Amino acid sequence: MSGIITNPVPENSQDKREMHVLSIHVDNHAGVLSRIAGLFSRRMYNIDSLSVGVTEDPKISRMTIVTHADENTFHQIQNQLAKLEDVKHICELHKDQAVLREHVLIKVNNKDTTAIMQICQIFRANVVDVSKKLLTLELTGGPSKITAFIDLMEQFEIEGLVRTGLTGLKRGSTTEAEEAALNE
Amino acid sequence: MIKNGADIVLECLLEQGVDTVFGYPGGAILNVYDAFYKYSGKIRHILTSHEQGAAHAADGYARSTGRVGVCVATSGPGATNLVTGIATAYMDSVPIVAITCNVANNLLGKDSFQEVDIVGITMPVTKHNFLIKSAEDIAPTFRRAFKIAASGRPGPVLIDITKDATAGEAEYKKEIPERIDNYKLESDSADFDEVIGMIEKSERPFILAGGGIIAAGAAKQLHKFQKTIDAPVALATMGLGAFPASDPAFTGMIGMHGTKTSSLAIKHCDLLINIGSRFSDRVICNPKTFARRAKIVHIDVDRAEINKNIFTDAHLIGDAAAVLDELNKRLHKQKHTEWMGKISGWKEKYPMKYSGGGEFNPETIIKEIKRQAGDDSYLVTDVGQHQMWAAQFYGIEKPRHFLSSGGLGTMGYGVGAAIGAQSAHPDSVVVNISGDGCFHMNLQELSTAATQKLPIIDVIMNNNVLGMVRQWQRLFYGERFSQTTLNKPTDYDMVSKGLGANAFTVTNMDELKHAVSEALKTRNKPTVINCVINQDHNVLPMVPGGESIEEPILEITTDGKEVR
Repeated sequence: MSGIITNPVPENSQDKREMHVLSIHVDNHAGVLSRIAGLFSRRMYNIDSLSVGVTEDPKISRMTIVTHADENTFHQIQNQLAKLEDVKHICELHKDQAVLREHVLIKVNNKDTTAIMQICQIFRANVVDVSKKLLTLELTGGPSKITAFIDLMEQFEIEGLVRTGLTGLKRGSTTEAEEAALNE
Repeated sequence: MIKNGADIVLECLLEQGVDTVFGYPGGAILNVYDAFYKYSGKIRHILTSHEQGAAHAADGYARSTGRVGVCVATSGPGATNLVTGIATAYMDSVPIVAITCNVANNLLGKDSFQEVDIVGITMPVTKHNFLIKSAEDIAPTFRRAFKIAASGRPGPVLIDITKDATAGEAEYKKEIPERIDNYKLESDSADFDEVIGMIEKSERPFILAGGGIIAAGAAKQLHKFQKTIDAPVALATMGLGAFPASDPAFTGMIGMHGTKTSSLAIKHCDLLINIGSRFSDRVICNPKTFARRAKIVHIDVDRAEINKNIFTDAHLIGDAAAVLDELNKRLHKQKHTEWMGKISGWKEKYPMKYSGGGEFNPETIIKEIKRQAGDDSYLVTDVGQHQMWAAQFYGIEKPRHFLSSGGLGTMGYGVGAAIGAQSAHPDSVVVNISGDGCFHMNLQELSTAATQKLPIIDVIMNNNVLGMVRQWQRLFYGERFSQTTLNKPTDYDMVSKGLGANAFTVTNMDELKHAVSEALKTRNKPTVINCVINQDHNVLPMVPGGESIEEPILEITTDGKEVR
């Protein structure tokens, strides 16, 4: 889920909001997603993207939420999330201490195949579907790489685009179980 | 032992020590009501007139006892009628468990008759909620629900059960409920050192306490803390009763309709210690000027309350009783003679007094009711001018004796909550102070009180207008009284008698005295006392929206001038 913007970042230089990536372990059952999304919307917190999927333990899902918030609001977000019964563990993924990835699928007009393929090569993007009229490309990477790729594709007329939203894991030798235990 | 789902529901209620539930039957919940029939000797079911009344009754039961209140309703409209009551409990952190039944599993999601997604609807107004789809999940879910409702910062929990789950069978084994230990500290010793340093350095400390004291049963600890640090105490509306109103150190309620002394203490203190109050907008008024000269310490059980509405200098997280015990143990006795002298000077100069004149006015009425009902009486209110007059003049001495919808401001809360309080305390005096607007919202519950022979005393401050809204229209909307003049043809005595209550209409103090004493003698049915008062009374002091708490309006003269 991406772009559930409840409180968009205004283009004003006074804004102290920064991007934060939260990784949250939640009970894997019906209604969890609306609990989390509902908390963000009713408390006027911003969500840039939200991705969710099951973990190594089928009873637990992991949500990765990208939000823009000032420091105090970011604390509030974590404290409010921690009060939800379904939330088991929350941690922040810092850019330099985590692997952050996003996946994008783009449909572009197949007019200049060579030029498109060249750019794909540079970005290591794949062609996943091809027709006379359209090329469908896929790319995985960090947010800035994805954005740069989309920018370059715009010249070929983008006919369709989907981004998964960011997802990630902490780097280093701590296992997930150890991390959770440490947090308790 | 194999039991059906509905019987397991009742067994779980018994496990938790539930003696009374408030509810209303219906199609989807038929199985559970069949079990209520079977268990009727063990659990008392009070049938209300409307599900909203049941939710408020569970709330009144919980606030007045500290135990978890329980309400029950069927699917669809039964469940949605609970929502206002659940939201009321949520805003004031009241532990209730609301039980609803839904259509059977195979009908869920098909827009079936009386189907509604009550779990989705109540998500923002419950601490947690559950949908149970099979009988074996009932017992573990109930145990968890009661624990969630009563632990930490209390709150409402809703359990929705499909009809087929109540009919299905499962193994049930009685369990003794897990003991809930809320007496906990999260902050460490260094955090305490910091706060103690701030307190010992302070020359003009001021204590603001709220509902957290009552929830934690920490009134004794608060009193000791006050004695130890020699500081005045103000209470938020939700905290009334947490500190005796008659204590010389009590500055009165604080906030939009708080006392001038509380406002002055906020203005001049050098340290504000907030214990168990959430800096609601009705308390702080304009956040920029609130306690602007003071360092602020916030003590709360809920970490998410820290720095939410007001930025603080230090905080302690934990149960109010546990935190205060620790502080009391470690603090040296303080003395602030000059500061306390200033406080008592302000109290003398700005007494909490009704300024509008007249012999039969809100102050004299509320004080006469209190004089006769006594300190042990439970005071319930609806919402509006009468609520604030009651809060200002009743003089609550004990915790859990003031029941009012503070956060949500739910008109129509009173009668239901009074039913809950009276059924929990059958031998006590329960007074509901209401207005003529609120009376019309849930008057059908008078018949519930009459059916149950509950002797609640329902006082209507009848000014023929929606007084609080009208007060704002008078002050800020150029006296354009849009839809606030009621002019209803209601015959209050006839309606009340028609619903099974005694009734008095009173227009002066002598009639009121007589009516209250008659009501106190009546122990087998409710009494309605309709007090006909002037429509132009104001609730004062008042801090207009957005203004600073430091300069409340104290009086409005007959030509409309504000005295501050």
